[in-house]
Amino acid sequence: MDASQLHQVSNWEWRLEPKGAMRVPAVVYGEQRLIAEMDDKVLEQISNVACLPGIVDAAFAMPDAHWGYGFPIGGVAAFDADEGGVVSAGGVGFDISCGVRTLLTGLRVDDLADRKDALAEGLFRTIPAGVGSTGKIALDETQMDRMLEGGARWAVEQGYGRTEDLDRIEEDGSMPGAQAEAVSPRARKRQREEMGTLGSGNHYLEVQEVAEVLDDAAARSFGLAAGDIVVSIHCGSRGLGHQIGTEFLREMALAAPAHGIALPDLELACAPIRSELGQRYLGAMRAAINCALANRQIITHLTRRIFADFFPDTTLPVLFDVSHNTCKQETREIAGEKRRLFVHRKGATRAFGAGHPDLPPAFADTGQPVFIGGSMGTASAIMVGPAQRPEHAFASSCHGAGRRLSRHQALKQWQGRAVVDELRERGIIIKSPSIRGVAEEAPGAYKDVTAVVEAAHLAGLSRNVATLLPVICIKG
Amino acid sequence: MTDEPHALGIEPRAELFPHGADVGVRGIGPSRASAFEQAALALTSAVTDPARIAPQERIEVACEAPDDAYLLVDWLNALIYEMAVRRLVFGRFAVSIDGQRLYGEAWGEPVDRSRHMPAVEPKGATLTALKVERGPDGAWAAQCIVDV
Repeated sequence: MDASQLHQVSNWEWRLEPKGAMRVPAVVYGEQRLIAEMDDKVLEQISNVACLPGIVDAAFAMPDAHWGYGFPIGGVAAFDADEGGVVSAGGVGFDISCGVRTLLTGLRVDDLADRKDALAEGLFRTIPAGVGSTGKIALDETQMDRMLEGGARWAVEQGYGRTEDLDRIEEDGSMPGAQAEAVSPRARKRQREEMGTLGSGNHYLEVQEVAEVLDDAAARSFGLAAGDIVVSIHCGSRGLGHQIGTEFLREMALAAPAHGIALPDLELACAPIRSELGQRYLGAMRAAINCALANRQIITHLTRRIFADFFPDTTLPVLFDVSHNTCKQETREIAGEKRRLFVHRKGATRAFGAGHPDLPPAFADTGQPVFIGGSMGTASAIMVGPAQRPEHAFASSCHGAGRRLSRHQALKQWQGRAVVDELRERGIIIKSPSIRGVAEEAPGAYKDVTAVVEAAHLAGLSRNVATLLPVICIKG
Repeated sequence: MTDEPHALGIEPRAELFPHGADVGVRGIGPSRASAFEQAALALTSAVTDPARIAPQERIEVACEAPDDAYLLVDWLNALIYEMAVRRLVFGRFAVSIDGQRLYGEAWGEPVDRSRHMPAVEPKGATLTALKVERGPDGAWAAQCIVDV
């Protein structure tokens, strides 16, 4: 990205003042090198977002922002319904409520020792992963409705997990305002056999070691210490979310002229929040959030079952569950006035700081955990909501490193088997149904997550707490 | 059945082109219908090698859209849906287009993870880099980004 077009606010914040059809500025976070490496398309896309009706304050790009469709991945924008604001299917994406859930195990690295291979095999056999995989739970229409409106709470009622898990999930595990009737028969059919499945691409379940603690107080409060073993689950709303995204993107793009909306990019497809279409999308999108929460809850249950086979005393409590592709209604103070805004985060994580009124009680004094995912063989990070108030970018931070090479380039550069063997030599076990998928997801195909985490930390988006390294990776 | 011009001497071909975390699919052919068939083949090649797919099962798809670009997206999304709910991969396609109505057939087989080694699951065809156009040489190109 050509930084000369931007006004440098600080070492970590860059601003493009409104020009042309932009209603608000565009703000990009990251130090000079990250900005220079960012795709020019990020600035183009975030400037387009700044043109949408009812946008408030600014359109933001996180330090890991990269070229998406419509919104950049790593884009954040909030809209006010009172000012003709919109809700955008393109601003949420296809993988609605994709996110990360981290479980504590109470185990130390040495505890895995000679059981690592057997544990990896057990997880791989039990957690459905990859193209064409199906779960063991087939939902009839009544159960589907209940899942869509209940989320993880529904899953717990079905025996997948414990009530206390819900205290450690955004929205207490159940997204309010979901409308099962807004979810089409095709979206339902696509989900029927996919409950409790990881999916493919960059989705994974990882057993990780806490390699380094950078904030002792926050880590202690999260129950983390160097040498601990945790489990992170990265997946979303599966076929149901993909189908909802597909259907509403088309409908919103076609309806935009009738709503008086000039789209600078078709993929910014949106509808006024106070329109029938906008309300129907919100109902369906919230149902997809519940689907993702239920999905991660079921996978949690399966993971606990396997761990119990090897380590009978483990209970695997949930540290937290965050989503990074959502639109949520949140209260924000803008120029001394409290407003209810529809905050879109696409490839961006909510990062409420200490004292935020919407935090679960467990995190009231620390701020919420923010999970930054890596790729097989690379580090992940646990961060925490920032200390300062109000938070930047509607309390948002980054979500992962982003790709450095396309899938095609990765396939030319690496062979899946060699990647698995090389990681094995480093003590990392990879289990995947697709050796080609492993090549496309090779660690070298991703940017260095450390630089992104450091940028988010220094920009004050979230604070770095701990670095995690993979031990076992179940890859979709 | 088709009402479109057909360019002679254009070899149909399927291509993938890079896009950040996702993948671009492009079909090129002597007619719009041929370009759509090739775009579908490109979609399959993002998942697996089409040559490894046996034509054991046949499905039919019908779409109607306001213009060529939406028709391409609808065609690819119809295939993505069929792949997801039937757990099939397709290696051969036949398309006919009448105005803005498409009738398509796809032949394939159930996903065999050891033989097909499917790399990714397509989530949806997007409106990004979406183009259906005829070049100066008469060749039709149909392309868009697919979220994987």
